[in-house]
Amino acid sequence: MSSVPLLSLLVFVPWAGALVLACLPGLGRRALRILALGFSLSTLVLALASLGSFDRASTGYQFVERHAWIPSLGVHYHLGMDGLSLLLVLLTGLLAPAGLLASWRQERDARFFNLLYLLLQGAAVGVFLALDFFHWFIFWELSLIPAYFLIRLWGGPAASRAAYQFVIYTIGGSAFLLLGFAAIFAATGALDFEALSRMGADGTLAAKLAALGGWWPQAVFLGVFLGFAVKVPLYPFHTWLPLAYAEAPTGVSMFLTGVMSKMGVYGFLRILWPLFPGPLHAAAVPLLWLALGGAVLGAFAAMRQTDLKRMVAYSSVNHLSYCLLALFAVCAATGRPHPTSEAAAAALSGTLLQLFNHGLSAGALFYCVGMLEARSGGRRGIGDFGGVRTAAPVFAGLCGIAMFSSLGLPGLNGFIGEFLIFRGVWGLVPWAAAVACLGLFATAFFLLTFWQRVFHGPRSGAASGVFADASRLDLAVLLPLVALMFLLGVLPQLLTGLFNPLITSWANHMPLP
Amino acid sequence: MPPSLETLWLVPALPLLAASLGALTPRGGRRFSAGVAIAAMAGALLLSCLALRAALLDPSAHLVHNFRWFDLGNGAVELGWLLDPLSALMCVMVSLVGLLIFIFSLGYMCEDENFTRFFCFMSLFAAAMLGVVIANSLLLLFISWELVGLASYLLIGFWFHKPAAAAAAKKAFITTRIGDLGLLLGLVWLYDSTGSLLLYDGGNGVLEAGVLGNLGTMALAGGLAVPTAISLLIFCGAAGKSGQFPLHVWLPDAMEGPTPVSALIHAATMVAAGVFLIARVFPLISYDQALAADPLHALTVVAAIGAVTALLGAAIATAQSDLKRVLAFSTISQLGYMMLALGVGSWVAAIFHLLTHAFFKALLFLAAGSVIHAAHHEQDIRRLGGLGRTMRTTYATFAVGMMALSGVPFLFSGFWSKEAVLHAASEWAVSQLPLYAGLVGVVLTAFYMTRLLCEVFWGPARSPEAAHARENTGVITVPLVILAIGSVGLGFLGTPAWPWLESALTGRPVAPRSLLEGGGLMALSIVLVAAGLGAGWALYGRKVRVSADAKDPFSAAAPRLFGFLGARMRLDELYAATLGRLNTLGAALADFMDRWVWGGAVGFLALLGEFTGSVNSEVDESGLNAGFNSASERIRGAGRAYSGAQSGDAQGYLRTVAVAFVVLALLVLLGGGR
Repeated sequence: MSSVPLLSLLVFVPWAGALVLACLPGLGRRALRILALGFSLSTLVLALASLGSFDRASTGYQFVERHAWIPSLGVHYHLGMDGLSLLLVLLTGLLAPAGLLASWRQERDARFFNLLYLLLQGAAVGVFLALDFFHWFIFWELSLIPAYFLIRLWGGPAASRAAYQFVIYTIGGSAFLLLGFAAIFAATGALDFEALSRMGADGTLAAKLAALGGWWPQAVFLGVFLGFAVKVPLYPFHTWLPLAYAEAPTGVSMFLTGVMSKMGVYGFLRILWPLFPGPLHAAAVPLLWLALGGAVLGAFAAMRQTDLKRMVAYSSVNHLSYCLLALFAVCAATGRPHPTSEAAAAALSGTLLQLFNHGLSAGALFYCVGMLEARSGGRRGIGDFGGVRTAAPVFAGLCGIAMFSSLGLPGLNGFIGEFLIFRGVWGLVPWAAAVACLGLFATAFFLLTFWQRVFHGPRSGAASGVFADASRLDLAVLLPLVALMFLLGVLPQLLTGLFNPLITSWANHMPLP
Repeated sequence: MPPSLETLWLVPALPLLAASLGALTPRGGRRFSAGVAIAAMAGALLLSCLALRAALLDPSAHLVHNFRWFDLGNGAVELGWLLDPLSALMCVMVSLVGLLIFIFSLGYMCEDENFTRFFCFMSLFAAAMLGVVIANSLLLLFISWELVGLASYLLIGFWFHKPAAAAAAKKAFITTRIGDLGLLLGLVWLYDSTGSLLLYDGGNGVLEAGVLGNLGTMALAGGLAVPTAISLLIFCGAAGKSGQFPLHVWLPDAMEGPTPVSALIHAATMVAAGVFLIARVFPLISYDQALAADPLHALTVVAAIGAVTALLGAAIATAQSDLKRVLAFSTISQLGYMMLALGVGSWVAAIFHLLTHAFFKALLFLAAGSVIHAAHHEQDIRRLGGLGRTMRTTYATFAVGMMALSGVPFLFSGFWSKEAVLHAASEWAVSQLPLYAGLVGVVLTAFYMTRLLCEVFWGPARSPEAAHARENTGVITVPLVILAIGSVGLGFLGTPAWPWLESALTGRPVAPRSLLEGGGLMALSIVLVAAGLGAGWALYGRKVRVSADAKDPFSAAAPRLFGFLGARMRLDELYAATLGRLNTLGAALADFMDRWVWGGAVGFLALLGEFTGSVNSEVDESGLNAGFNSASERIRGAGRAYSGAQSGDAQGYLRTVAVAFVVLALLVLLGGGR
């Protein structure tokens, strides 16, 4: 192993960038943007560099950095990367610079904007790499503060309410999470995820929590669960999301949906599932219903939205609910004999693909709505446009590709993840897969309605006058995303190759309740 | 591995390449885009012919090439392609008909500003359809299947500035997607039960005896065999794509697309994909025939739906006044015949009818396109008329297509393929109802085609557009002539006296029978065709309409029936009033839940919080939320310091979290107790 602390660099280079921006107040707007973009690109560059020496056959953590930090509490500075982390770091590396580019024309207080953005990016990468609860939680909470200010200060008319609701809701969830971990620490004296996972798998953790007596075991589980459920969000903890996503500036919406929503699912996969296999198994049926609520009601609610950004936000509720649906189906079926492991492998692979693909497609869609806003003086109602395809054919084509990727058209990236989720969930809990189909139908319905109303028909509304086609900046943001949609649609092996051994080991050694 | 198998993937890949090149060509590159598309189709046709020759060397073999797509768990997801007479014949048909329609489009679309894009989409369609045909994996088939749907969506909405075209495109995509969801569930079920989606895989494919045998031993709670359930789900997809009742409603609206699109996609090839799919998985879908305990056989459902569709489509076609819509309903009806043939167990008859229909229906649509092109986009048959004199080639070829579709005896291909379908239906042990439906359909078909021919080509020109119509150039008429030759000649591939097609498709030598085998049935259907032609002539030919406003004789005789059929049996209205409303209701409910139930809980708790707070802030502060309130206050303070103004109600939000916590606790306890 090389001596370069690759993972620390991944986390801290964006923060160093923020520091540099803070220390150079005299920088011109253009210079600071280029500087920020450079720091933002570091995540992608370093993640690609790690790909070179990443052992694809291994299921353990790689590039591990572990140093004693607070010996009295047994806290370590512990970073590590496996297929799941690598996937999400790659996604962050792709979407963070895209979001910054999308904010290129952000004129007001550009330095502070870029600074906060880099802080947010570093914190998100930290969440995906930290393996000790102590600093993992710091990253988790630190991501909220820049996000709050980014929404609050640069957002739309209702931004203050949106940002406030967002931060209170998530901090509320995190508070339960923190209490839960405090209890875990009290019971076990451990905060390291690896150690806790082992205890979760062999039942020690459950036994130690049970020793606390009373309703403590359930409360601890619920506390940790709630922290993640709000973050994803799981129905019905999602009401903060449409408002926050809709009011945030375009680049921040891209980051929120592309990266921050993944933090919640990551928490489910990395922390909740390994630590609490028993309670998750016991609660699986009601949880499946909640995931179905998100998948179906989220999509139907999207149909009703007239604000395009809210519509795309609801489609995120729908897409992420499929991820949780797959995980809960796996939890529900844990303990059943062999053939289940094939279905579980499919469901979990689908979940990971869906995380990545949703980041690409939702990010692109938010950008497209942003383009509409930028060309119409901030209008983004579904009835405010018409015939945009006539006015801006290139833009229409790119937006159409993002849209079909989002509705899971085969040949584009979204399909494989959804297919594998359905294949897995059908094998584990067939009725849930059948109900979830309604969500697929509704997604096609509202996305095509969006497309028909905005892009087709005669030119009208904001598109009746001058309406510029995609600029070079727009192409710089959208083309890489669209190219990846095609590439990953045809060659999913590029992604599954990174995590298949990991998924297989999860599916073969599912923690028994 | 024979070379034709190795290069079979090029058959769809060539048009796909043409589509990608077309997509990157700027609007001005008309010649390039069209040239590449036509060259690619010609190449695909050549390769298909070579593949057909190779497949016929050993018709009973299924030559496959499978490959790993991506790793999944301990195994991998595999895809592959398949060469057998069925796939090769379909390849030849799709690429030949496609090539002719591409050439026709050179003339038909020459004035369209999006000419370049048109050839790009058409190539994409051809690639996807050829992908469906050669797939040896149901997953690859599904992928291509959805891409066919996409191409159809893009082409129906090709004139997207027209709101009707945009709406029709969406309707087509959504309606077929409903069927496709059934197909998707069928596939995942099959995948889960068998561990594979490959059709043929050296004994491990889902159409092979060993795998089917295992599948057959499983049954559901209601006694329904698992193969039956899977087959019915797969049939949902086929019904959507092939315009079978009750999912047929999108097909007539699809006529909003340019006429070559209607010819290629909504008559000759794409809509046949459903029929092809059922023929392809016939070993699976017919497997439950052997299971005596099964309460329902999948093929019975297929036959019933096919018979209903055949009859319904033909009946509605008699009362349409739009040239293309008559043909659209006739397509629905003919697809019903094909499904009927599949349902009664003769997939060979279905494929025979599919092939002949592809030729004569493409011919009819292109001839209609020739008329529409000449008459300046007038396609109301009441306002046409008299074109037989001015457009002789179009008239002659249309007449050939009309006689083939009506089943005029002996010379025309439609006669032989339709006889094969009816013959199969007469031998079905379960019921004779599909046969009777088919026979009634024969009369109706001959009737509405006669009506169409008389209205369009006979009598005086009834509008300035029709009066000015002149015959089109060779680029339009030559494809018509070639298709007309096919519409006559193709029938002789499958006559009882020389059942070449049956032996080629099944790989078993089939003994020639008497040309007039089943003579009674054949005589009956000839009489019925004559009756239909005669009735049509009596109503529309003897005394041709003189003006566009003159009342339709059928309408004069039975105004209410004519109105009912003309309004497509009001099925669209019925769906709008039921399913459409249900959908809107679902959306309203989901939105209501968010705004009022969950959002209302937030608001209510905020109010409650304020009230409690005002009564006794002490209790509140030392209550459940103490820690979070102070945390939220800190954030709130930061926000206030920065912006100077702040609104919101921390207590309310925190309370929502707390309430959700309690609700979840209850859910978990209840769920855990089970």
